[in-house]
Amino acid sequence: MSDAPLLDVTGVGVTYGGYVALDDVSCRVVENSIHALIGPNGAGKTTLFNVVSGLVKPESGSLQFRERQYTGLRPDQILVMGIARNFQQVRLFPVLSVIENVMVGCHSRLPRTSFRDFVLGPLGRDKVDRLARERAAEMLDLVEYRGDTKAPPSQMTLVDQRRIEIARALASDPQLLLLDEPAAGMNPAEASQLSEIIRKIRGLGRTVLLVEHNTRMVFSLADEVTVLSAGKIIASGPPSAVKSDSAVVTAYLGNV
Amino acid sequence: MFNSYTESLAVFFGINVLMAFSVYLPSSAGLISLGQGGFMAIGAYTSALLTAKDVPFALALAAGAAVAALIGVLVAAPAVRIRGIYLIIATLGFGEIVRILFINLEFAGGASGLSGIRPLTTLWYVVGVCFFVGLCLWRLRTLTLGRAILAVHEDETAAEAMGIKLLQTKLIAFGGGAAIAGLAGGLFAHYALFIDPEQFGFSRSAEAFLFVVLGGSGNPLGPVIGAAVVTLLPEVLRFLQDWRMSFFAVLLIGCAIWRPGGLVAARPPSRL
Repeated sequence: MSDAPLLDVTGVGVTYGGYVALDDVSCRVVENSIHALIGPNGAGKTTLFNVVSGLVKPESGSLQFRERQYTGLRPDQILVMGIARNFQQVRLFPVLSVIENVMVGCHSRLPRTSFRDFVLGPLGRDKVDRLARERAAEMLDLVEYRGDTKAPPSQMTLVDQRRIEIARALASDPQLLLLDEPAAGMNPAEASQLSEIIRKIRGLGRTVLLVEHNTRMVFSLADEVTVLSAGKIIASGPPSAVKSDSAVVTAYLGNV
Repeated sequence: MFNSYTESLAVFFGINVLMAFSVYLPSSAGLISLGQGGFMAIGAYTSALLTAKDVPFALALAAGAAVAALIGVLVAAPAVRIRGIYLIIATLGFGEIVRILFINLEFAGGASGLSGIRPLTTLWYVVGVCFFVGLCLWRLRTLTLGRAILAVHEDETAAEAMGIKLLQTKLIAFGGGAAIAGLAGGLFAHYALFIDPEQFGFSRSAEAFLFVVLGGSGNPLGPVIGAAVVTLLPEVLRFLQDWRMSFFAVLLIGCAIWRPGGLVAARPPSRL
């Protein structure tokens, strides 16, 4: 492992109309860390996620992943490169079952279906299908999803839907996992279970970049915290340092 | 076994099923086409001109489908960037362009059409092609491509973020639909034995679209049922004489009210 960060965002700027969403934002995510991104609503956290995952093209600045410039790549190319994400508003595919949703996440890592598999598939001998199913089941297990895997996701609780979405992202075997408010709508017990899952994901050698409002979870979980406010980075560092930073306290945490 | 009436009815039903499939495949990726008649014309003319040169029928059919697919991909490459109603208008325009193109193509008979096509389409040929296409579409649902197509239909942003190549997936779905319409055209030409551009105009495209709307687009059985109702019901209703088409219209409106998703409901994921 080199000293270079896994993800290196340099001087990124995004404006929507006249509104400055991100202004000269730079951020380095170290490999195999849990890096949290916090800040008040409208600070630009989700915009930064969209930039990193390619859904929004930055007007200025550059993105590097494993020391490779990737600014301007399409979202599907970025996923293949090794960055996967979930969505703040859960975006599972309604007509697909839970397991099929996660199987979509495997697509980029699956071999092509051979002619033999195509013909023998109805007899249960489609190797690609079996591979995808096994991997998807494994991912659902990893996120501790215990519900019905063959039902449509809309029948599941929001908490389970979030788990399914994390499993779908993990199925693509990402080196960097972007989690946008995964604990939103969770009770404290569920949130601490999620913290354990995130630690487990890091334990598998992956890196997690996390947007979260649950500050208790963030400060107990993260190795590194970056604070965004009004499109600018106002602090970055280990949780203990950020927690006591006066600018952060004023803009976001408040005096406790 | 069949008299010529039931046989011709069965052949046209089979060809309609293929046309319904040709709308169904792109529609499952969210691409609604009102120009499938144009692809049918391309398949019909290509294969008829080839069999006139003594090319074997199966090869001529495949060539018709391939040319239709190629043109489908060329048309779709710019067109799939637009969505919904705009794509419908673009495909509608394409159908008209093809019709007018064939009116002006002298070597294809121009406006007076192409006659003396060899009678090569048999009922079993049609049944075979229908089954082949139907099985492929049914199988598609459990393939990565099929899931990708559905994912694109459901949520393009999420699909792209999960690594699905949007443009490629849409082009395959649209090109595949065009190929199926091309097959239908080839079978049609060698059964009708005479083709002219007017047979593949807007009403043909609209009819194919109707099969899917009526039958439902949730799984491949929907288009089959839709084609069956539209093809066979007017025959069954002959006893109503002058009121036949009026009754049919009322039936369609009734379907729109009580079964807006189509006659065949989408297969729920839980049964897969």
